[in-house]
Amino acid sequence: MSNDWPLFEVFIRSRAGLEHKHVGSVHAADARMAIDHARDVYTRRQEGVSLWVVKSSDITASDPAEADALFEPAKDKVYRHPTFYAIPDEVKNL
Amino acid sequence: MSAPASADRSAGPAGSDAQRSTEALLRYVLRLGDTSLVLGQRLGEWVGHAPALEEDLGLANLALDLVGQARLLLGYAGELEGRGRDEDALAFLRDSPEFLNLTLAEQPNGDFANTIVRQFLLDAWQVEIYSALVSSTDTRLGAIAAKALKESRYHHRFSSGWLIRLGDGTDESHRRVQDALDSLWRLTDELFAADEVDEQMAAAGIAPRLSELHARWSAHVDQVLREATLQRPANVKYQWHGKRGVHSEHLGHMLAEMQYLQRTYPGAQW
Repeated sequence: MSNDWPLFEVFIRSRAGLEHKHVGSVHAADARMAIDHARDVYTRRQEGVSLWVVKSSDITASDPAEADALFEPAKDKVYRHPTFYAIPDEVKNL
Repeated sequence: MSAPASADRSAGPAGSDAQRSTEALLRYVLRLGDTSLVLGQRLGEWVGHAPALEEDLGLANLALDLVGQARLLLGYAGELEGRGRDEDALAFLRDSPEFLNLTLAEQPNGDFANTIVRQFLLDAWQVEIYSALVSSTDTRLGAIAAKALKESRYHHRFSSGWLIRLGDGTDESHRRVQDALDSLWRLTDELFAADEVDEQMAAAGIAPRLSELHARWSAHVDQVLREATLQRPANVKYQWHGKRGVHSEHLGHMLAEMQYLQRTYPGAQW
């Protein structure tokens, strides 16, 4: 039966204030059932306080063949990392 | 109708009012606990057989919630009884006539539609019962109900979702779920048939009046059935009384499997 159901990607917010993170996928007939399935499959051990599901087919992915063109140019631009600043000792949470 | 064995353990004519009300409370708590335990065991039979991996886990989650409720309720029952029987002794070492679960809970799984109908009718009942028990004068029961209510609300979301999906689905799913409803409906009479235990609990403010819950349950069930495009069967007077220890033939078989390990290896632990 699950082979006839579309695939949904599951995102969980582990606690308030944090972002939703991708954890896996479930098969379901529709979005409501996908939420139930995500709850039953991925939150059995108190993994989260909020769920998102999105149809896998609604996700547009970058083309692996274009990875070089997309991501290589960032490689030699280390100055974009904020590591060239001295951080005062008083600053704790950066 | 033969009286269940636990009735014979009541304080008898010489017993005080306090003893009699403890005996009634014990029976009331056993009814709730046994209903959860038996329904949980039934759902556990689906593990490895459900139509999809996600439903397999879903049904197992429901089963574990129900067994968890049974542990709390049977643990309390053991203390009320005061004979040193804990939750395990009550679950694994009582025979069928001592079980006081609703007859609906012990019905075999049948197909998925049958399991969903049984679950929906009992979920809707548990949501009403636990909602009312939260404000019980018995604080222990109130605390157990508060925890169980959250679980039962999810169970109800699960089973009503499926009921609507199957009822308002294909011709075959509609036929199967209507058939299940027609065959199980007669067992819903017992859910709201008050006897002396229910009356006594209601008078003491421990439990709600079943007649009041019945109207709410009925209106709610009607609403979901309408959405599922299902016909509500006519009410039938029903002769079995699981909550008095008189069961259908199915419970004994289920207990034989459930209790096998403790009966064969008494005191076995993992």
